[in-house]
Amino acid sequence: MTTTSMTMAKALNEGLRKSLENNKKVLIMGEDVGKLGGVFRITDGLQKDFGEDRIIDSPLAESAIVGTAVGLAIRGYRTVCEMQFDGFVYPAFDQIVSQVAKLHKRSDGVYTMGLVIRLPFQGGIGAIEHHSESPEAYFAATAGLRVVACSTPNDAYWMIQQSIDHNDPIIFCEPKSRYWEKGEVDLESPPAGLFDAVVRREGSDVTVIGYGGTMKTILRAADTAASEGVSLEVIDARGLSPLDFSTMTASLEKTGRLVVAQEAPHTASIGSGIVSELTHRCFYSMSAPGLVVSGYHVPYPPTRLEEDYRPTVDRILDAIDRVMEY
Amino acid sequence: MITEELIQLVTPEGERVSHPQYESTLNGEEIFGLYRDMAIVRRLDNEATSLQRQGQLALWAQIQGQEAAQIGAGRAMQPNDFSFPTYREHGIAWCRGVPPEDMLRMFRATSNGGWDAQKYRHSVPTVVLGNQVLHAVGYGMGIQRDGAEDAVITFFGDGASSQGDVLEAFVWASSYNVPIVFFLQNNQWGISTPMSIQSKIPLYHRAGGFGFPGVRVDGNDVLAVYEVTQRALSLARVGGGPTLIEAHTYRLGAHTTSDDPTRYRIDAEVEVWKHKDPIERVKALLAREYSVKNSQFDEVEAEADEKALKLREDVLAMDRPDPITMFDNAYAEFHPLIEEGRHEMIELGVSGGQR
Repeated sequence: MTTTSMTMAKALNEGLRKSLENNKKVLIMGEDVGKLGGVFRITDGLQKDFGEDRIIDSPLAESAIVGTAVGLAIRGYRTVCEMQFDGFVYPAFDQIVSQVAKLHKRSDGVYTMGLVIRLPFQGGIGAIEHHSESPEAYFAATAGLRVVACSTPNDAYWMIQQSIDHNDPIIFCEPKSRYWEKGEVDLESPPAGLFDAVVRREGSDVTVIGYGGTMKTILRAADTAASEGVSLEVIDARGLSPLDFSTMTASLEKTGRLVVAQEAPHTASIGSGIVSELTHRCFYSMSAPGLVVSGYHVPYPPTRLEEDYRPTVDRILDAIDRVMEY
Repeated sequence: MITEELIQLVTPEGERVSHPQYESTLNGEEIFGLYRDMAIVRRLDNEATSLQRQGQLALWAQIQGQEAAQIGAGRAMQPNDFSFPTYREHGIAWCRGVPPEDMLRMFRATSNGGWDAQKYRHSVPTVVLGNQVLHAVGYGMGIQRDGAEDAVITFFGDGASSQGDVLEAFVWASSYNVPIVFFLQNNQWGISTPMSIQSKIPLYHRAGGFGFPGVRVDGNDVLAVYEVTQRALSLARVGGGPTLIEAHTYRLGAHTTSDDPTRYRIDAEVEVWKHKDPIERVKALLAREYSVKNSQFDEVEAEADEKALKLREDVLAMDRPDPITMFDNAYAEFHPLIEEGRHEMIELGVSGGQR
């Protein structure tokens, strides 16, 4: 296995490049994705190499970015739509929920909605309002859509390609706070299926599940817990809709204790859904109720306060203590 | 000073008028064909209304009054063109060859669509108004990338013209010079909301602000609609970019069978528009200029009756689908919750497991 070290931003860029090379029907559309390469430079250099017809600098209107991608899909194209930030996806919400999610069904399978909506999500970059949100549950709750989140450069490289190849619409969540962190990327074979959860660290006392930018925080918590004699098994959910319950169930049946960590508030969230389903599946193996460490039920705070809002190592360890007390 | 042009080639009395930029290219046989289309579509529309009144449809959205706008536009399309409708484009669907019973599947509540959109090159109905206008623009962007000489046409109304999606579509189409015709049927009413609340200026004037031509045509004059639409589609096919056509027409019926227009509009207004009826107009022209006899009109009406009867039979034969079909095409690829749902339904004995 040969691997290359690169940032998540570069890995996404390389993954997009690979898809553009492999399939002439793949397009990228979004605000500032061309010459600028996107505000996060994810599409850097792609317009120069693939032309303005394939890397489309769009007017500033998110509903139209998604709505025209629907029409392009009907004509046989696969568009990767870039939403500049999580908080800017809502103007496109109607198109995503009313059309993207439903047209395969409404057309009796005649239309294939193979399009990808890239969403830089979660906080941690000290931005102003609307640039740090976690809207994944809105989309996960909509039948017809699929939602995934990457957490490493290797996943970013492979999952973006797998998403583009997929025939269902994918909401692709990218943890913007991790864009510039490097990791090893295996350019030869994918690490797992697009919706497969993976065990990031094996352990025996508590199963801790997360996704996206929260994974790094969970892994740090696992280091600290280990030094205190508590062994955490860390699972990266990756697929948020559908969730890979088989991997999660196998872990929880072993550990008997469950904590989920996420930046989104708890109510009707990915975490609450995981706890509910795993409680049903693993009830007789569980030694404690599952807990969710989440953002508080407030609008995302001014970012001088964000480290007191997002799950921290301390808050995760506190939840570990609580489930260990049973 | 706002100018209000209205391209008209035939008056409500069925007399030809000349227009400096447009003239009819159709012969008598072709005009009779348009009459036949309109007469059949109106008869099918009436049959659907009856079926709803008899409890056989959940709802029906009537086309009555808008036949010329739709038949004129629908017959101006080439086979390779593609159209994106709302839920009222029965005349367009007819021109595209969609079987009438398929148009009623959504209203029978047995399907959310009803026909093979790629086969007829006519998209499935869009209920969230304005969404389809962006789809059409995207489809047109695909035509450009294919290097094809096709055009796309999309239909919406005076109500939807206020939707952000429609205005975003205008921006996109203009910036990328998309081969599209925006066909706006201004039937004067968005359920109970009059045109005056949607816009202070004639809607076709909006095109100018986006940088492409807008024209207003008498939407009850099938000859004028045909010529105006054909020219706009031809322009689009050769790289001329978008056109907004405002077809000035009138919704003679209710918004849908759930609506009661007597609560918000006066009978006198309806009477004025009945005088401008699109079918009577073309009949008068055919009788005057082409000596079409009453017996020929009667033959078409008899044909329309037959088709209405067949529609009724087809609709009554449309059974409730097996519940398990709700899982079909929810996703294109394997999804665990779909399999779970199917399994549960079979276990419950709700379905025979038929896919």
